[in-house]
Amino acid sequence: MNTDHDATNAYQSLVETLGHDDPRWAFGTGVEDVQAEISSPVPDGVDPADLAAYCLMLGDDALICSHRLTEWVTNAPELEEEVALANTALDLLGQARVLLARAGHVEGRGRDEDALAYLRTEPEFRNIALAELPDERDFARAIARLLLFSTWRLALLQRLLGSRDPVVAAVAGKGVKELTYHRDHAARWTLRLGDGTPESHRRMQAALDAVWPYLEELFRTSDVERRLAAAGVAVDPAQTRDEVDAVLDEVLGRATLTRPAVPPMGPINGLGGRQGMHTEYLGHVLAELQSLARQHPGATW
Amino acid sequence: MVSDPRAVVAEVVDPEMPMLTLDDLGVIRGVDTDGERVTVTITPTYSGCPALEVMRDDLRARLAAAGYARVEVRTVLSPPWSTDWISEDGRRKLAEHGVAPPDRVGPRDAGPVPLTLSAPAAVVRCPRCGSPATEEFSRFGPTSCTALRRCTACREPFEHMKEH
Repeated sequence: MNTDHDATNAYQSLVETLGHDDPRWAFGTGVEDVQAEISSPVPDGVDPADLAAYCLMLGDDALICSHRLTEWVTNAPELEEEVALANTALDLLGQARVLLARAGHVEGRGRDEDALAYLRTEPEFRNIALAELPDERDFARAIARLLLFSTWRLALLQRLLGSRDPVVAAVAGKGVKELTYHRDHAARWTLRLGDGTPESHRRMQAALDAVWPYLEELFRTSDVERRLAAAGVAVDPAQTRDEVDAVLDEVLGRATLTRPAVPPMGPINGLGGRQGMHTEYLGHVLAELQSLARQHPGATW
Repeated sequence: MVSDPRAVVAEVVDPEMPMLTLDDLGVIRGVDTDGERVTVTITPTYSGCPALEVMRDDLRARLAAAGYARVEVRTVLSPPWSTDWISEDGRRKLAEHGVAPPDRVGPRDAGPVPLTLSAPAAVVRCPRCGSPATEEFSRFGPTSCTALRRCTACREPFEHMKEH
């Protein structure tokens, strides 16, 4: 059978690749991707430093959220859910890789995606706080965060489809489809837990109460975003508020949950995640994410 | 004797769905030859698809075996891949191997993406017995591109390549 022959070849080629003197990196990718879009010129009239900073914002949101989701691997309540969260994390990691690579290219200091992911310190990260919060092994917390994060990121990426930066536009093009799955998944779990037993309802509500103070930051516009939105590269995140509110209200309503009335967190002296001001939790994420790269730079196996 | 690089590329199979060639899957965006140098352009199915690096290695190895030592594999993200790019032949092969092929989705409407709070109502036929009475039990299967379903007629679980 032709297909059997091909099937054998697929696995054969894996062995062949490993058989070569081709070391695998112990962390990161170790491959210099020939990515058609990454090396596109910076759009006219755009400050490269702003574009690099913006790609870091979008990339760091995805990277850090992906890492928190990955913590559920081997800890999820059921196998299918573990696979779902891992797949979601993988999509976000893929988005992060392209965005960090673009940031490194535009910045022009020779830093690749691995250097940016593994060798920056906390204040150099530009993600919003929601991405870095710990779930404290509470599945409802993971769902509550994913609901807020994916609803917002979907609204953001949709508006970035027409970005003048080809990489941002390309990531948005792929990301909209992916985030649609993520949001649906989180929304269905919110419904199931909220409109479930008294215990699941109580815990889902408590999880929403815990993450809700970090929602407001998602709509705060940084200077970089303001300048790049005017240049047609970025979107002003404040513009996503109505859509995000409408979606969250619909999900919470159907799930018999209450929109938490809690004061927003931050900013601190006018600073938030976009300026490198983080909660204590980011350090914990980075300690795990970067430990191997920092202890064994360039390690392969 | 060096064979046509397009023919070599067309035969390389997807590492996660080895019943499909990369051509069937619709991820090959171009094969350009410049003397001895071959540039293959592919597009990922999902942003983080780990199969991409294996595809790249496979393409290089197969082309090298066919006599092309200078091979560059480029990836391009735009326009984004969609399951609509899977060929008719590919859809038939998926079904033959027990994976329900994706429906055609067409271009997405402009405006906000609507929430889908229950499993999609679209009919997915059981690839084993052909019954339309199937249900989704997990939106995410063993690979990013599949969902898990079961057939309520023959009771068999199966994978569905979800519309993307």
